[in-house]
Amino acid sequence: MLAGHKAIDVDVHPVVPGTAALLPYLDEFWRDQVIERGINTLHSQNYPPNAPLTVREDWKKASTVADLQQQLLDPYGLDMAIVTPMLGVQMVFNADMARAFTRALNDWTRAEWLDKDARLRASIVLPMHDPEHAVEEIERLAPDRRFVQAMILVMGETPAGKRQHWKVYEACIRHGLPLAIHAGSSFRHPVTSVGWPSWYLEQYFASSQGFQSTLGSLITEGVLSKYPELKIVLLESGVSWLMPFLYRLQKTWKGVRFEIPWVDRPPIQLVRDQVRLSCQPFDAPPDVVPRVVEMLGSDDMLMWASDWPHWQYDGDEAIPPGMPAALMPKLLRGNALATYSRLRAPAFVKE
Amino acid sequence: MVARAADIPPGEHKRVEAGGRPVALFNLGGEFFALVDKCPHQGASLCGGTISGHVTSPEPGVYHYSRRGEMVRCPWHYWEFDIRTGQSWFDPQKVKVRQYPAHVESGAELQQGPYKAETLPVTVEDNYVVIET
Amino acid sequence: MNVIQPIRGKSKPPAATLGLVDVDIHPRMKKPTDLNPWLSKRWQEYLATYGIRARHGFTGGQPPFPKAQPLACRRDAWPPTGGTPASDIDFLRFQLLDQYGVDMGVLNPLQPSGQGDNNNEFSAAMAHAVNEWQLAEWTRKDSRLRASVVVPYDDGPASAKEINLRAGDPNFCQVLMMSRTAEPCGKSRYWPIYEAAEAAGLPVAFHAFGYSGWAMTNGGWPSFYIEEVSEHAVSAQNQLASLVVEGVFERFPKLKVVLIECGFAWVPSVAWRLDQSWKRLRSEVPHLRRKPSEYIRDHVWVSTQPMEDPERPEHILDIMEWIGWDKILFASDYPHWDFDDPLLALSGAISAEKRRDIYGGNAIKLYGL
Repeated sequence: MLAGHKAIDVDVHPVVPGTAALLPYLDEFWRDQVIERGINTLHSQNYPPNAPLTVREDWKKASTVADLQQQLLDPYGLDMAIVTPMLGVQMVFNADMARAFTRALNDWTRAEWLDKDARLRASIVLPMHDPEHAVEEIERLAPDRRFVQAMILVMGETPAGKRQHWKVYEACIRHGLPLAIHAGSSFRHPVTSVGWPSWYLEQYFASSQGFQSTLGSLITEGVLSKYPELKIVLLESGVSWLMPFLYRLQKTWKGVRFEIPWVDRPPIQLVRDQVRLSCQPFDAPPDVVPRVVEMLGSDDMLMWASDWPHWQYDGDEAIPPGMPAALMPKLLRGNALATYSRLRAPAFVKE
Repeated sequence: MVARAADIPPGEHKRVEAGGRPVALFNLGGEFFALVDKCPHQGASLCGGTISGHVTSPEPGVYHYSRRGEMVRCPWHYWEFDIRTGQSWFDPQKVKVRQYPAHVESGAELQQGPYKAETLPVTVEDNYVVIET
Repeated sequence: MNVIQPIRGKSKPPAATLGLVDVDIHPRMKKPTDLNPWLSKRWQEYLATYGIRARHGFTGGQPPFPKAQPLACRRDAWPPTGGTPASDIDFLRFQLLDQYGVDMGVLNPLQPSGQGDNNNEFSAAMAHAVNEWQLAEWTRKDSRLRASVVVPYDDGPASAKEINLRAGDPNFCQVLMMSRTAEPCGKSRYWPIYEAAEAAGLPVAFHAFGYSGWAMTNGGWPSFYIEEVSEHAVSAQNQLASLVVEGVFERFPKLKVVLIECGFAWVPSVAWRLDQSWKRLRSEVPHLRRKPSEYIRDHVWVSTQPMEDPERPEHILDIMEWIGWDKILFASDYPHWDFDDPLLALSGAISAEKRRDIYGGNAIKLYGL
């Protein structure tokens, strides 16, 4: 299915085995803190380790490069894959501790993944507790051009568009890094605006509401208008929520745009120009997938992802069934190359 | 078709009939503008809307507020139209209210033609707004 | 306000051959003391002294996100006789019922109804009074109007009591909740409402609005009114998921839910996403015996206003098709600013037969009017 496309996978999740794996990448103080205080795991409720959605049955081992090579890179003949570990560093409340863990996590990604397979690229996981810390992390890692984007969770502490975050986005622009927004919560708020739901199914579902609110915030606060060169990549969002949300927002904008006069282009146009989405999962049955794609009104927005090792599809049905064949070159490769400037140039390491 | 100019002081507006159609007649500082009194969206009367100014922004957090009194917002869905042109703010080329030329003539000029007063008896002393439908 | 004349002659949508039913009309009290005849001395004094205390910071009915227009109403809906929009039944008849030939109008009273108040006991007293007020001031004065059973929804048993009281009264056609409850609305604390509504044969409507007390997005508080408007749809998505995933429709198989003013273009995507996630996570929710989308298809109705506005009009037809043509109900939202004109709300691209059902046929079946 993917053969011959030199496909690029924009959403791959190495599993951090445990806090112990990060010890070599922590300084002495934080290393001792981990041990003395018994901080054994930072796995997040976003992906309960044993939930069937978290790890596909035949992808149970997903914590080494060898697993990724055997299960994905080699059989799919991938040209490149962007790895984004989903450890719960965003949930830590102490901003200094969060910074330490985030640095360690990014260094772990570099040493354990990037250094071990030349096809791999990575996200800079951002400690958003303090924008200074996030900027510092971007500055620290951006010289290594294998880091191709910066990543935040879709459910943060304050809506992503708010001005206190802008210096982070300016740092992304400085270094040619798209801002990736991934499904999941930092659990500063209930995962719904009506409180905590009972079931994990509802919680997983709730990321698609987070994507609507977050994209709404980026548009209305003026991030897309002010920074036209900033690319936003929505990872594991489900896709089909997008246009119904924008149909409503754009209709309202016609009447109350006076409230946000900096949004001087129709929101749907802003999104088409600057927002990209990974296509796994694709929340639509195969028979309506073509119509949902048509509604996007652009061939440039969708990027292929496996979401490895999350269980989004069975067997090797890695492309959502129903996806128009004409879209394949862009979906599998072209749109990723257009979105990530760093994928277009040969990677080099500058320490 | 005419309305008495003195009936619509600067900053005010009035719904009048012109050529059998409802027309919203605005006085902007002595200049008269006539728009079809029907929002192109769902048909509400613009005369029932809010008269406001024009807000633009060079960047988030900066509000440039100008042309107070020169924008009319539909009473229903708040679409904004430029009273001077009838153009909507959000899609000025495609979404606009039809505009008619309007100007003031004295009663004396009117009595010599070419316009005929449809609704008002004309007196020589007064000035009248003429809308060309 | 210089415009009180209708913008055109009286006219009913020609396609409304089975009748025109408007499922979203918002009557208002003329003054806060209008409820006094049905409030005890205790609660009259409480209301006058402490007022409505919703789960946000402002008093006096000031919403946390200021509306785009006063009271979020059409500028031309303020009655010439004074008072607030939709507080004068004659003007409501003039501007809505008679103007468009509405055959049946469903009343959804909003604040100051006391729904979602911090004080459940007060909320229950208010709900009861609002229901009596609907009968005395509206349904008895115009036979075209139907009332909603306003319930103090965060108190399940008290809500059930109010529903039981209204059961069998043909003046009431549904139970009314707001879309933002204190907890996800599928949770067991709300089941007494669904049980009583099912027994009374009344659909349960969730009207967009309310303050849950939690941040308005799952990533914190937004800044703008335009975001709040979007978030009504977003919250409703979580509520629909909660009803489905908690198994409310398994437990109450005859329950009918109406989403009013929540938008509807998102409903298919929600159904698909729930199906997709359920495929992976069925082991967690064995109480669900069917695909989530099937519960939605069978149990959920939506109202038209505010209708999402795709760039290409045919896409709204796709969306309606995916929801089900029999599940869509016409709503004007009078007297609010985002009012839909009955004559213009439905695209001519929708067949006359389907418009007939949306204008009236579907509501007549749902409510048994």
